[in-house]
Amino acid sequence: MKKNEIIEIKSLVKKFPIGGDFFTALNDINLIVEKGEFSGLVGPSGSGKTTLLNIIGGLDSPTSGEVSVLNNLINETSQEDRALIRRKHMGFIFQNYNLLPVYSVYENVELPLILNKIDKNKRKEMVVNAVESVGLIDKLDSKPNQLSGGQCQRTAIARAIVHKPSIVLADEPTANLDSENSFHIMEIMKQLNKDFETSFIFSTHDEKIMSYLKRIIFLEDGQVSEDKKIIN
Amino acid sequence: MLFNIAIKNLLGAGIRTWLNVFVTSVSIFMIIFSSGMYSGMMEHAMKVSIDTEIAGGAYWHPKYDPYDPITFENSHSKIPSELKKIVNDNKALEVLVNQAAIYPNGRIVPVVMKGITADQSILNIPTKELLKYDGNNIPIIIGKGMAAYTKLKLGDTFTLRWMDDSKTYDAAEGEIIHIMDSGNFKIDMGHIWISIDIARNILSMPDESTYIVYQNGAEEFSDTESWIKRDVEYLVRDMKAIIKQDRPNAIMIYIILLSLAAMGIFNAQTLSIFRRKKEIGTLMALGMRKSKVVLLFTIEGALNAIFAIFLTVILFGPLLYYFSLNGIPLPIDYSDMGLIISKTLIPVYSPILLIATAVIVFIILLIVSYIPSRRISKMHPVDAIRGKTVL
Repeated sequence: MKKNEIIEIKSLVKKFPIGGDFFTALNDINLIVEKGEFSGLVGPSGSGKTTLLNIIGGLDSPTSGEVSVLNNLINETSQEDRALIRRKHMGFIFQNYNLLPVYSVYENVELPLILNKIDKNKRKEMVVNAVESVGLIDKLDSKPNQLSGGQCQRTAIARAIVHKPSIVLADEPTANLDSENSFHIMEIMKQLNKDFETSFIFSTHDEKIMSYLKRIIFLEDGQVSEDKKIIN
Repeated sequence: MLFNIAIKNLLGAGIRTWLNVFVTSVSIFMIIFSSGMYSGMMEHAMKVSIDTEIAGGAYWHPKYDPYDPITFENSHSKIPSELKKIVNDNKALEVLVNQAAIYPNGRIVPVVMKGITADQSILNIPTKELLKYDGNNIPIIIGKGMAAYTKLKLGDTFTLRWMDDSKTYDAAEGEIIHIMDSGNFKIDMGHIWISIDIARNILSMPDESTYIVYQNGAEEFSDTESWIKRDVEYLVRDMKAIIKQDRPNAIMIYIILLSLAAMGIFNAQTLSIFRRKKEIGTLMALGMRKSKVVLLFTIEGALNAIFAIFLTVILFGPLLYYFSLNGIPLPIDYSDMGLIISKTLIPVYSPILLIATAVIVFIILLIVSYIPSRRISKMHPVDAIRGKTVL
């Protein structure tokens, strides 16, 4: 891997067993993602976007091929070590937010820091900064059920970036949001990408998002059909 | 770290947590209460026996066998001089036992006639009532059970027939001067109690006795002229045998209650944990290791148990304490059935019962938290994040 490359994927194949047969979700994927990229995996449902994100995040394993994330070969990394990589260097944003319902905004955002054993005072500062950067400082004590969809997703973004990860993986982050909220969310992420040089990888089939992306990787039937860098 | 998260999860879950804790707490209460009732029953039986029958122990005539009435006619003599001393010092009472028959309402009822030192306070039998009688009949005390069986009431008179020392049958009129409520069927059913002076007189057995009962702390005697010492341990052996025989039943009841509680807790915990699949997946995605996830949920189970123990103390502690002081009135008088069961049953909670129940419930909660969370942690993280039920 070159110095600036954070993800390198070679000949990735992912198959899922279905009945007595296999369904090929990803077929011969070759990709390199560099630090600070704002890129998107774009394609219709079933094209393999989420599967690819899950493999990059170490939540799933490749059937064959090589996936190297931050110089760690995912194929050869144990589940425990993958958890450690996620904890230290990755942030996740889910379509359904996946906030812990009994936690307040503050507590949800604080969780990755607790897992990373950051001391309490430092945690407070980092949480406030992260929540501030997504514009939810007045909602610190609110529970997810007291928030709108957009506010929930902003909380999820704060949680994903609070520990300043190298990579944020966002699976359809605007799928449950209206246009206005989608716009805000994307603006926030764009700003974070700019401020912290955090690499964002989205999976989406939302055309509104595409205008924000600096790189669009089109997936079709589990294969990269086009890899387009957008120069503004 | 995990402890703090677990606390946060439990407190954050609000009513769901407190419902779980309450259910567990009720289970602990039920186990302690029912076991306490059982222990109380047994302790009461032992206490009543000692109170009304055994006191500090006894010395028996060598031929006396309380389970063989045939021996009664030969099991009497003057008591050894050393024993006489403690009788004279009012540290022991004498009992003369014989067979007799009473004829209430024209029926014949064979009885064990016991002459007892009337002026005594060693046994909790109202023998002093015998001293108050100034009529011409033989004053007799019977128990409530016996009164019910013979349909005799206070003041009723009837023929009392006995065989004296010279093997001659004699009879006189007896009168019920007191009906005692001892709670001990062994001194009630089939028994009539008269003054030992009258008994010796009508049986022609002057100064003789069948056994003596001494109070607690009476000294040891070296020369009892073959009279046999029966200490409390010996005299309660039947009771202990019954308790021992009944112990498997008690253990069975305890296990059944514990199993029911465990099933309830398991059900609540499993439901709670399976509802939180998505949360588990999210924690994995945030970088929590599977082993830590399992540990987190196990700690939650342990905290649940600790909360439940505290809640039991706060919520049910006063109730358990109240029952241990005032008892629970039983709807049926079991003494009529030949059982030494108090009309007001006072539960007894031994420290072992309290500690064992708390520890066992704690362990059960650990297990029932560990099993489902371990199964869920084996789920594929992607399925867990989506909240899929595939296992």
